[in-house]
Amino acid sequence: MTPTATARRRRRGIAGAGAVVRRRLLVAVPVLIATSIGMFLLGAASPIDPAKQYAGAAAFTATEENLDQIRANWGVDDPLPVQYVRWVGNLLRGDLGWSTSRHEPVTAVLGARAGWTLLLVSAALALVLVTSLVLGTLAAYRRGGLFDRGLRAAAYAVEAMPVFWLGLAAIAVFALTLGWLPAGGLTGVTATTTTAADVAWHLILPVGVLAISQAPWFVLFVRDSVAESLRDDHVLAARARGLPGRTVLFGHAMRTALLPFLTLIGTHLPELVGGAVLVETVFSLPGLGAVTVQAALGSDFPLLAAITLVTTAVVLTANLLTDLAYAAADPRVRLDG
Amino acid sequence: MAELTLRRSRMPRPAITVATAVLVSAAAAGLLAPVLWPLDQSAVDLAQTRLAPSWAHPAGTDDLGRDVAHRTVYGLRVSLLVGAVAALVATIIGGIVGGIAGTLGGPVDRILMRIVDTVAALPHLLLGIFIVAMLRPGLGAVVLSVGLTHWLSTARIVRSELLSLRTRPFIDAAISGGAGRLRVLTRHLLPHVLPKLALATTLMVPHAVWHETALSFLGLGLPPHLASLGNMINDGQGSLLTGAWWPSLMPGLVIVIVTLALATVVARWRDRLDPRVRAELQL
Repeated sequence: MTPTATARRRRRGIAGAGAVVRRRLLVAVPVLIATSIGMFLLGAASPIDPAKQYAGAAAFTATEENLDQIRANWGVDDPLPVQYVRWVGNLLRGDLGWSTSRHEPVTAVLGARAGWTLLLVSAALALVLVTSLVLGTLAAYRRGGLFDRGLRAAAYAVEAMPVFWLGLAAIAVFALTLGWLPAGGLTGVTATTTTAADVAWHLILPVGVLAISQAPWFVLFVRDSVAESLRDDHVLAARARGLPGRTVLFGHAMRTALLPFLTLIGTHLPELVGGAVLVETVFSLPGLGAVTVQAALGSDFPLLAAITLVTTAVVLTANLLTDLAYAAADPRVRLDG
Repeated sequence: MAELTLRRSRMPRPAITVATAVLVSAAAAGLLAPVLWPLDQSAVDLAQTRLAPSWAHPAGTDDLGRDVAHRTVYGLRVSLLVGAVAALVATIIGGIVGGIAGTLGGPVDRILMRIVDTVAALPHLLLGIFIVAMLRPGLGAVVLSVGLTHWLSTARIVRSELLSLRTRPFIDAAISGGAGRLRVLTRHLLPHVLPKLALATTLMVPHAVWHETALSFLGLGLPPHLASLGNMINDGQGSLLTGAWWPSLMPGLVIVIVTLALATVVARWRDRLDPRVRAELQL
């Protein structure tokens, strides 16, 4: 192939990536708008009076004039479309509002907490991806064998276990009975500073539990997908050429199966986020999960809405990235198609 | 929630029998508990707190001296009832959306299906928490929370079913015979959709139970005094740290066993179903 042809194709690939981004945005923006409208309407239909909520215990002694003053300041009696536009305008300018349950700006809460949740979710996701690829591929290699059957039985069993139950069971076994790992928190009780080693030590159980609870779906998918690609022509050809089994399995069969796997990670992310909320609660981690529950108990609309919208935006971005990765990994996919 | 996909696995016969027996006895225990084994919800025996499982108390006692096995049966009852009602609400919402999309078609169908895709992209536990928070925790909020987050698969099933039925000759025959839109819908389309709707509702129940359990576990679900499986797991957390694992792990074990049994039976059914519905019935 001449160098110019390669260059031309690469240019087309980059232009195609732009088209994918555009098309995804065309979907993502309406999704975010629809979500925000839905949440706003639910918030507006809520029986909770924001003025009384803001005043807290003082609401019992506050005069009706004072409460009316708060309502007027906040414009909670304005027509709904006016309120919605004001809210979204503030969001777009980076003002996520005031958290009524934590009495601090929503951005401050997100800034302090989101990192830990992101760390938990990404560590668990990485662990799930690596283990499910290895275990699923090995199971597919000897379909119907002892390892395959054992792995599948385990996957079905784990899939029936709620993640918080799994977390409590892990605490009972590894923290309380065996005493190997800490039962919760991010640092030791006596610690005065946050060290990476201490945090990692405390994250072993939560990350492990979240990964295990999400793994079955991925393991079964990889297994079926590799099993199918083991029958593909190019895999048979590689075998016929006498390449060693390991090379064929991981170099040829698994690589083919990797592609559909990539896009499915994106669709499974909402699942992982829900799991993270529950795992953080079980292990008392200072991530977004605990704040979400606290905000829900206090009917804290600004904080809950911000968490839900930010998470949705992250999920949509991740979907876009997996699409791009898919196109980059598979030369057969034409982005501009 | 986890999607239990027991795909085309050759399930041995005894597994199906055992699973069916588990499901039947769980449903029977849940429904008949007040008759067979009455429970005083407020009975507390502080002389018998946190006893380990034994013959007298097969699942031990909790930190108020209440029998865990006994309360678990009631928890199963409450969770199943709430799950069934919530699944019904989800089916009604999904049935209406899918019904409108499938009968009207065209731009209405496209817009409605776009909404379905939108909701599917949201983390549904967060959305469920949001709904409960805005309505204040309680029975009604839990039911609505499940209903508003779990109607998607039903809407898709109903829509695709209606779209394929619309092209069938007997519908053309009915229309050329002078049947109005309403008559075609109620007399010809609905009877075909209803059995699938019933199946979808049944399969929705464990999803609804999981959602309710997760909310109750977070303290955002049913009122705390009510013995639901999620509340019991939540209550038991304190005892767990003192070494008594049974108050929280035993009720959870019931969820695990019932879910597994249901997945086994569903795997059997799914192989006999039409592939379009099969794709949507992921437990």
